[in-house]
Amino acid sequence: MADPAAPRALYDKIWDRHVIVAREGGPSLIAIDRHIIHEGSFHAFNELRGRGLRPRHPDRIFGVADHYVPTHGRRPEDAPTEEIARMIRVFDENMRWGGIPHFSLADRRQGIVHIIGPEQGLTLPGLTITCSDSHTSTQGALGTIAFGIGQSESAHVMATQTLWQVKPKTFRITVTGRRGPGVEAKDVILSIIRTIGAGGATGYAVEYAGPVIQGLSVEERLTVCNMSIEAGARSGMIAPDDATFSYLYGRPYAPKGAEWDRALRYWRTLPTDEGARFDREIAIDGSAIEPTVTWGTSPEDALPISGRVPDPAEIPDAQKRGTAERALAYMGLTPGTRLTDIAIDRVFIGSCTNSRIQDLRAAAAILKGRKSAVPGIVVPGSGLVKEAAEAEGLDRIFKEAGLEWRDAGCSMCSAINGDTVGPQERCASTSNRNFVGRQGPGARTHLMSPAMAAAAAVTGRLTDVRRLAGN
Amino acid sequence: MEPFIRLTGIAAPIEGRNIDTDQILPARFLKADRAKGYGQYFFHDARFDGEGREKPDFVLNREPFRHATIVVTDDNFGCGSSREGAVYALHDFGVRAVLAPSFGDIFYNNCLKNGVVPVRLERGIVTGLLESLKDAPRPEVTVDLEALEVVLPDGARHAFTLDPFWRECLMKGVDEIQLTLGYLDRIEAFEGGYHREMTWLRPQAGPVP
Ligand code: SF4
Repeated sequence: MADPAAPRALYDKIWDRHVIVAREGGPSLIAIDRHIIHEGSFHAFNELRGRGLRPRHPDRIFGVADHYVPTHGRRPEDAPTEEIARMIRVFDENMRWGGIPHFSLADRRQGIVHIIGPEQGLTLPGLTITCSDSHTSTQGALGTIAFGIGQSESAHVMATQTLWQVKPKTFRITVTGRRGPGVEAKDVILSIIRTIGAGGATGYAVEYAGPVIQGLSVEERLTVCNMSIEAGARSGMIAPDDATFSYLYGRPYAPKGAEWDRALRYWRTLPTDEGARFDREIAIDGSAIEPTVTWGTSPEDALPISGRVPDPAEIPDAQKRGTAERALAYMGLTPGTRLTDIAIDRVFIGSCTNSRIQDLRAAAAILKGRKSAVPGIVVPGSGLVKEAAEAEGLDRIFKEAGLEWRDAGCSMCSAINGDTVGPQERCASTSNRNFVGRQGPGARTHLMSPAMAAAAAVTGRLTDVRRLAGN
Repeated sequence: MEPFIRLTGIAAPIEGRNIDTDQILPARFLKADRAKGYGQYFFHDARFDGEGREKPDFVLNREPFRHATIVVTDDNFGCGSSREGAVYALHDFGVRAVLAPSFGDIFYNNCLKNGVVPVRLERGIVTGLLESLKDAPRPEVTVDLEALEVVLPDGARHAFTLDPFWRECLMKGVDEIQLTLGYLDRIEAFEGGYHREMTWLRPQAGPVP
C-alpha cells in the first residue's frame, strides 16, 4: 500500500475510503453509496427476481423514469405506443417491488437521472455513485466518483451495494488561460475530446483542473463531466470548492444543520493534494478554444465553427480514412465545405448535457425577439427546471421563436420515446452523441452548445454564435 | 454463465473505429425481452435495410462470416451507451470473443459478465488481420483463455492479457453475485464503521425547493 502521508489525488482519496476488499493489481470490492436507475433497469430486476433476491439497501438506491417518457404529457398513456407506456409502468412496479424511493412521471421533480441527482442534492462530494447509464460521469462535477455500469453490474450493486472494480488510472486535464466570449462549457469539452480522441481517456478516471475549469459554474462543470465518457473515460471529476458547496446548500437531500457542517469539514479535505501523482497529464490552452461543432459520427469529429469539413484523402492511416469516409457519406457532407454553409432541418435543445436552467437561459438569450428558421423542440432536464424557466418567461421566448416547449425527459437525445429526427434530416443538437442512428435511423446530428444551437435555429445553418450575440 | 476455456471459430472482420453500442444494438430494440434472444438485433441497421431485407454488402450477411463466433474490429469498439443489450446481441448472435486494439470501458466489463472474452491486441496485428480475414480460405481464429493467446489463420500466435480475477471468473463461469455474497461479513463490518463516520450520508428527503 502507498504511504498514507503521500500526496493523493481527489480520485484516490475517495477510492481508498470505499475499498472493502483490496486485491493488489486486480479488481477491488468497493462500497457504492448511491445507485440511481431508470427504465433500462428491467433486466437487472429480472436478474434479482430470478435469484429470489431483493435490493440489499433500497434506501441507497434511487429511481426515475427518463429515457422513455413522453414529453407532451405526464402520464404513461401519453407515450406514442403501448409498448413504450409499458416500459414506464414496469419501472414503477419495479420501484414499488424493491421499496426504492423514486419520482414517478407525474412528480414535478421527475427529470433526467443525471440532472436530478445534483438538483436534489442526492449527488454529494466524496461518494461513489453508479447508475446503469454511461453519462453518470456527469455527477463527478461535484467532486465524487460517478460512473456508468451495465445491467449485470446494476443487479450486483442492488444485491450487495458493492461492486468489483479495477482501479482506473488517473488522468488530469488542465485547461489553462481564459475562456473567450461566446465560448461555453460544451465548447471546452468538445475541444478536449477532439484533442485526445474518442478513446483518448479509456481506462482512466479524469480530473479536470485549471483556471478555465475552476471558473465554470457548477452547472457548466456538469456539462464538462457529462461528456467524459465520449473520450472513453470511466469517470470525470472536478474538485469540490465553495461554488460546489453553495450549489448544494439547502438542496432537498443534502445534509442539514450539524450534519452539513460535518460533511463540509470532510469535503474540504478531498481536493487533490499539491504534488499528487497522476498516471497521465495534459494541458489544453483554454484561450484558444472557439465555439465548436461536430461534423461526423463521433464526438471526436469536432472543429471550431470557423473550420471546413475535413478531407479523408489527407488521412494516411487506411482504417482511419475509411472511418472518416463512412462518416461523411452518412452525414451527407462534401470535404472542404465551410461548416457555416451547412443547412440544418431542425434543432434539439435538451439532454443531460445541456438542459439545466443556465443552458436554457443561454439559448433564450440568442432567440429572444428572433424567429427560428427550422422546427425544433426545447426539453428541460427536469420538472423543476421547467418551472424555473417558466417563472423567468423563457418558455415564452422559445414559443415566440416558433420552437416547441416540452416536458422533461431524454427525448430526442436517444430518440427512444418517439421524439426522433427523420432519415437524412440534419439536426443541430445540444446532446452528447452524434452516432450513426442515435437520433433515429439515418438521422444526422451536429453537436454544439445551447447558444450555438439557438444561433443555428435563427439562421437555419451552422452559425458562429458570436455573430448574433449582443446584437 | 457458461465457462470459456478456448474457442476456434469463424472470425468476422468488422471495419471502423469507434463503433458504438448504438450501432451494435439500435436503441429501439432495448425494450425487447431477453428471453426471446437478441441475436436478430446484432448490428441491425447495418445488416438490414428499411424493409428488413439483408444488405448483401455487410460482412455478417456474407458466407462464411454469417456463422462468426469471433469478431475482429478496430479501436474503441463498444464505446458510448452502457447498454448491456449490445453484449446480449453479440452473444445471442453466437459471438463469444472480440479482438480489438481497445474497447469502450463499460462494454468491456459487460462482456466479462456475459461470458464473452474481450481480447486487446496491438493495433498493427488487428489491422493486418482485418485485411487478411476478408479473403482467407479459412478465416478461423482460436482464442485460448487458458494459454492467454490467440492463433491467427496464418498460424501466428499472439499473447494477450486479461486480469487474473476476471479470467478465472470466465474460465469457471463464476456467478459474481454469489461470490460477493460470500464476503458479506466483511461488507457489513466495513459498512458499520463507514456509516458511523459518515453520518451525513444517508439520503433524507427535505422539502422541495
Ligand atoms: S439525456 Fe441522452 S445521454 Fe443523457 S441520460 Fe438521457 S439518453 Fe442518456
